[in-house]
Amino acid sequence: MSSLAQKKGFGAVIWDYLTTVDHKKIAILYLISGGFFFLVGGLEAMMIRIQLMKAGNDFLSAGLYNEMITMHGTTMIFLAAMPILLAFMNAIMPLQIGARDVAFPFLNSLGFWLFFFGGIFLNLSWFMGGAPDAGWTNYASLALASEGHGIDFYSLGLTISGFGTLIAGINFLVTIINMRAPGMTYMRMPLFTWTTFVASALILLAFPPLTVGLFFMVFDRMFGANFFVVEMGGNTIIWEHLFWIFGHPEVYILILPAFGIFSEIFAIFSRKRLFGYTALVFATILIGFYGFMVWAHHMFTVGLGPTANAVFALATMIIAVPTGIKIFNWLLTIWGGSIKFTVPMVYAIAFIPSFVAGGVTGVMQAIAPLDYQLHDSYFIVAHFHYVIVGGVVLAILAGTHLYWPKMFGTMLSEKLGMVTFWTFFIGFHLTFFIQHFLGLLGMPRRVYTFGADQGWDLFNAISSLGALFMAIGVIVLLINVVITSVKNVRVGNDPWEDGRTLEWAIPSPPPFYNFAQTPLVRGLDTYWIEKMEGNKEGMVYAEPIGDVHMPNGSIIPLIMSFGMFVASFGALYFQDDTKPWALAVLIIGLGITFGSMLVRSLKDDLGFHITKEELLEDAKRGGNTDGLK
Amino acid sequence: MMKGLTNWRLFALLTALLVFLSGCGREEISTLIPAGKVAQDQFNLLILSTIVMTFVIIVVSVIFVLAIVKFRRSKLGDDMIPEQVEGSAKLEFIWTAVPIVLLLILAVPTVYSTFDLADVTAMDSTDEEGNQENLTVNVTAYLYWWEFEYPEQGIVTAQELVVPTDERVYFNLISADIKHSFWIPSVGGKLDVNPENVNKFYLEFDQESSELEDGVFYGKCAELCGPSHALMDFKVKSVDREEFDQWVASMQEEPEPAADALAQEGEETFANSCIGCHAVSGAGPAGMPGPNLTTFGDRNRVAGFMEHNEENLKNWIQDPQEYKPGNLMPDGQTNNGGEPFSEQELDALAAYLMSLSVEE
Repeated sequence: MSSLAQKKGFGAVIWDYLTTVDHKKIAILYLISGGFFFLVGGLEAMMIRIQLMKAGNDFLSAGLYNEMITMHGTTMIFLAAMPILLAFMNAIMPLQIGARDVAFPFLNSLGFWLFFFGGIFLNLSWFMGGAPDAGWTNYASLALASEGHGIDFYSLGLTISGFGTLIAGINFLVTIINMRAPGMTYMRMPLFTWTTFVASALILLAFPPLTVGLFFMVFDRMFGANFFVVEMGGNTIIWEHLFWIFGHPEVYILILPAFGIFSEIFAIFSRKRLFGYTALVFATILIGFYGFMVWAHHMFTVGLGPTANAVFALATMIIAVPTGIKIFNWLLTIWGGSIKFTVPMVYAIAFIPSFVAGGVTGVMQAIAPLDYQLHDSYFIVAHFHYVIVGGVVLAILAGTHLYWPKMFGTMLSEKLGMVTFWTFFIGFHLTFFIQHFLGLLGMPRRVYTFGADQGWDLFNAISSLGALFMAIGVIVLLINVVITSVKNVRVGNDPWEDGRTLEWAIPSPPPFYNFAQTPLVRGLDTYWIEKMEGNKEGMVYAEPIGDVHMPNGSIIPLIMSFGMFVASFGALYFQDDTKPWALAVLIIGLGITFGSMLVRSLKDDLGFHITKEELLEDAKRGGNTDGLK
Repeated sequence: MMKGLTNWRLFALLTALLVFLSGCGREEISTLIPAGKVAQDQFNLLILSTIVMTFVIIVVSVIFVLAIVKFRRSKLGDDMIPEQVEGSAKLEFIWTAVPIVLLLILAVPTVYSTFDLADVTAMDSTDEEGNQENLTVNVTAYLYWWEFEYPEQGIVTAQELVVPTDERVYFNLISADIKHSFWIPSVGGKLDVNPENVNKFYLEFDQESSELEDGVFYGKCAELCGPSHALMDFKVKSVDREEFDQWVASMQEEPEPAADALAQEGEETFANSCIGCHAVSGAGPAGMPGPNLTTFGDRNRVAGFMEHNEENLKNWIQDPQEYKPGNLMPDGQTNNGGEPFSEQELDALAAYLMSLSVEE
């Protein structure tokens, strides 16, 4: 593999992406596939809102509606929000800590392809006999009663993509612990790196309970294992515990990186160091820690008894404290700064009231007796959309604008960005604010229809109208992406002009080796420090220029994941008497996976070196030394 | 940007106004018009937490608005480099301590109320003669319908819960199939109906349902339970104690045979086609495959959610799947031994079912 960029044919580009182990290219893969699933999930959301726009609508049938809500939730959480955040983590975190790649580039690629095939597998259910229909929470008694293979698609698909996420989490943990540039102490790490670090720890600890639950579910359905079958002594509440022991930390896996992105934005566009950096870091760690102690607040109405409910109510309330610390520190970061209202910044500004609204309704639901009314009503639907859309999705949109130049070397249009922002933001509040009241007026969630005589007609119509605005916002964003890519106006290292961290000190997009020389970090916001001291190069170096060791690309991760994909079809159809070939498919699939693991283990792949001369030549051609704009 | 922000505020104001104008919803189902102690306690917590949270929102909003108005780059100039402040221990302390105080304000009533609402110790208490002092209702949830058994009174009904006002009514909840959740929004919060264990709680009904526009409180299933989850409604009649005792007494009586000719014909058809699943005697038994129909003529809805008229009833009998997908009632053809019910048979059945009544 040549170290130097050359003009490549289309086929070669595709092959490059299929085999890449470069964190920046994997980030682009995550962004594209996460973006695709985001559109799919959004389409499902539109179907839901069309069905509910008036009483007694028959746009969707009852069964299809349940498939829609299940796939909307599952897709948005597992296949859209997480992968897009993983895209930013992949693209930016190694640059922020001054690393040339993540610790395990091969695993990084494997993680992506597992997620990708898991997601495709799950969505194929639409075309192969029906999607899962027991809600994204997949509660056991309903899931086991569900006919067809929908639930099997759910459990097997999430198992595969869950492996991928787990691998990514472990990879980031090792990367941050081991690969920080000299001088990059823990307390000098940018906040996005910190939140990536804590979110990865949460992934490591939260995904195993989900995997256990999914395995039980698969075994119940494949082999009649009876973990959840009440008549055989099983217990369905165990599923609820396992799911929420994963499910609550999952919320923080999503929101912490979002916090990280906003922290970067507030500092950059206020031209000011983060206020209370230390407090922000400890609040992040505390939120991650508490995240594991509050799962039963999703189960207040299950009948766990007053002691459990009271304890979990109090534990849940405590989370408001570190979250509040974060909000106030962000406000004080803006305070006294010099605010530039770019698209990422208006998203960040809009995030504060939206997220506070989601936060206070969260505290209200922590009050267990009050939650008996709010639980499983439209109030909770409003609450978690305020948190997830008002927090995570706004962060994703902000991050897309903020990091687009670093990932692709072009700037998204600010003008169209503002159009997206306003339509999406207004649509979001229009859709979900009113849903708080629908819940209070007694409307349960997950209903495919409602009677005209219950006082919910107007609010549902308003909510559906809002969804339309959000859809328009997303469409404008797509147009923006296309126009930007066609125009292809290249930008320099620091297109926002106020970048503070290492990723803004190198070209956009960075060369595949990131840093020709490993930087030396002299404090928090290292690039800002160098800029303020008039250092034209933007960083000081910890080493003389020399050979750089890089990993080779490999197609094996894709094949390995494909094997799991094939094996899943075998497992899925294994229970059908009419499909005797299923066992063979299962064995062939696992054979492909284990075979590629064997090849990977036996074949030495020591990577390659970029020589000093090549680096210097690359630099001469504008690779990495165009310094400050 | 500033203009946009004003727009946004105006929009928020308009939304608030809209909500105010459309009121608090229907009193049959709104949690904002509590009709019993439990719902009232929960409503009070809603108000208390809303007040505390409004305080939080105001504080954040003030700092937020001041900050984005005062520190705009367009005002400060492009070259201004702000002072790089590290933080402030004093401020950190304040915004850690104040929320903790606010949470304590919420925590005390939360813990008290959690234990209070779960207190079912009086459920089995008996007077000197061994009679239960409080009314207990055993609720069993089936795929898309509800059975209400009054064990002490020895009666069973379905789809429409009848309860006395101004006293505690205790509930035992269990599911016969998959998980459901029992919710009467205007009377009290929900409790899940699990297949593996009996959940117990109590509710109080302070208002007689005859005062409501529709004459009944609306009850809902609040846990996704399959295609017709949205249609798994039930109704609640709350009556004063005297009327309740009367109702119980007439439920305990043997049902009278149908009076007019058409209804008698319907009774015959019913005995051939329906009686295997549906009881028509208040004495039960509980646990039949279909809902007990003793009070059918007194009910507010057909199948829990359709307007209560013969037309709907006949449609329902002929093709239940069309109206409540996934329910377990066989269609008319199956019930009639392979042939659809004739128009005459349907009329007769409807007349018979509508004549089933225990109310005066």
